[in-house]
Amino acid sequence: MNVPADLKYTKSHEWIRIDGDTAIIGITEHAQSELGDVVFVELPEPGRVLQAEETLGSVESVKTVSDLYAPMAGEVVEVNGALTGQPELVNSDSMGEGWMVKLKMNDASDADGLLDAAGYEAVLADA
Amino acid sequence: MTTRTVPTPKPIFEKSRPGRIGCNIPVADTPKVDLAAAVGETRDSVAWPEIGELDLVRHFTNLSQINYGIDTGFYPLGSCTMKYNPRINEQTAALPGFARLHPMQPEESIPGAIEVMLGVQDFLKEITGFDEITMQPVAGAHGELTCLMMIKAYHESRGEGDQRNIVLVPDSAHGTNPASAARCGYKVKSVPTDAEGNTDIEALRAVMDETVAAFMVTNPSTLGLFEPHIKEICDLVHEKGGQVFCDGANMNAMVGVTRPGDHGFDCMHLNLHKTFSTPHGGGGPGCGAIGLQSHLEAFMPAPLVTRGAVGEPVLDDDRPQSIGRVSSFFGQFLMAVRALTYLAAYGSDGLPEIARHAVLNANYIKARLKDVLPPAHDRPCMHECILTAKEYKKYGVRALDISKRLIDLGFHPPTNYFPLIVPECMMIEPTETESKETLDEFCDAMIQICTEAREDHELLINAPQKQVVGRLNEAEAVKNLDVKWQADR
Repeated sequence: MNVPADLKYTKSHEWIRIDGDTAIIGITEHAQSELGDVVFVELPEPGRVLQAEETLGSVESVKTVSDLYAPMAGEVVEVNGALTGQPELVNSDSMGEGWMVKLKMNDASDADGLLDAAGYEAVLADA
Repeated sequence: MTTRTVPTPKPIFEKSRPGRIGCNIPVADTPKVDLAAAVGETRDSVAWPEIGELDLVRHFTNLSQINYGIDTGFYPLGSCTMKYNPRINEQTAALPGFARLHPMQPEESIPGAIEVMLGVQDFLKEITGFDEITMQPVAGAHGELTCLMMIKAYHESRGEGDQRNIVLVPDSAHGTNPASAARCGYKVKSVPTDAEGNTDIEALRAVMDETVAAFMVTNPSTLGLFEPHIKEICDLVHEKGGQVFCDGANMNAMVGVTRPGDHGFDCMHLNLHKTFSTPHGGGGPGCGAIGLQSHLEAFMPAPLVTRGAVGEPVLDDDRPQSIGRVSSFFGQFLMAVRALTYLAAYGSDGLPEIARHAVLNANYIKARLKDVLPPAHDRPCMHECILTAKEYKKYGVRALDISKRLIDLGFHPPTNYFPLIVPECMMIEPTETESKETLDEFCDAMIQICTEAREDHELLINAPQKQVVGRLNEAEAVKNLDVKWQADR
């Protein structure tokens, strides 16, 4: 399973790319593999303000519907509109073209509490 | 076992020929009426297929032969209780006195029908241990929603309607539980399952406070396990003023043996179309009967099927605190006739045998398959066993591939990927109506498939091969749903 070292992770299988005070969020390769073929991605409106761990959207696959959680507090500045017509990007390129939400963090230091690659690999080993 | 190969059926519309007709329509001996003048705008063509009687008979007979149902084979779909429904149910439902009733008949003319519903209610009170029963909800999820609406009305009547805005559900819950709660305007919080497969009581204690309206518990759980601490769980919720709802999808494991009303639950739903042998599959007609304790009685959906001053069967519509009607009539009345037939045929001696054999059959399958498909929790199960196929991932095989291969071996697959907390989950519910020989044939097929998964996984990846259609593209079916035939394609 591909777990890039330059990303942060959550136990609920989101990845986060930190860029200054911006966080780009998607779901991990493991998560897309467990979900199976993704058929719909529900994303928040830009401008929405989220608390940490608040539900920010959902991913529907042929198996199930799974919630997405905000890894930290912040404001949604952009969502990946390409997923509306091509939800399968989440399967084919979960950590690239399948990104979901760009969040402007309230406090950039919130990212320090997230899992690093080694921490997330330990979560996967337990699964 | 071989599966009969049948030609791919054509839609009936493609067999249509202009002017062909299947019956002789008599010449009208009444005056002609201009339809457009009588009813307004009409369509020139409704594109009905035009077909001869013999072609019509062949069309539907051939379709029926590629159908798979409980009458043709084993159907171990977990959480669905696909038991055999005895034919005598159909005989009583076809009695003209029942079958020819009209839903709009005046109440005074249907005492017999009301008496039948009272008979079912009395049986269900005895079986569940609840004070009241109504058969008004027309599906399981409808029963859940009705119970939550009553719980909401109950809290409102005590001045706690605004304060209690949260409903708790276990992380193993049926998806309908959070959906019903959300539909009622509640926020949903998930309660985790512990390592043994039970509700994590400490986690429940941590979230249980005076903002919680209800905890929705499935018992036996969707893991096929009886919740041993159910009394303690109910007490814990009641201490904080919450209500406990029992999702009764799994009642088949308890019929005649133990009663949810005695466990501390405030209300529950039952699926007559699962546990009590009314038609199931093909969309029903379902019945999500509910049971409740007396403190919720004032809020029941009106009218109530009950008895009047001298014991006569009546419909009681004088219910000022009722949440109102939840369906126009009492569903499809003939399912009450079928349920009463089933309940009366088994009686108090026979009903516990349903649960005992359902539990025995599930444990037999669990024991026979444990070396190839280990149980998610290794302890005696109830009416269904929950197995994991995760060890086959290393061969490139998922639970879905095992199920697709099972179709080629002549069996309906079990439920896959539910409950969500079990990886590569296979949920097998054999029900009480299957013989040991059938269970053995199924287990032999599963063991064969697990060997194939290790040695020749292409057989699984490319299954099914012997059906009218092969592996369907489920993602495409969801994204581009296309169920309507169109002439111009």
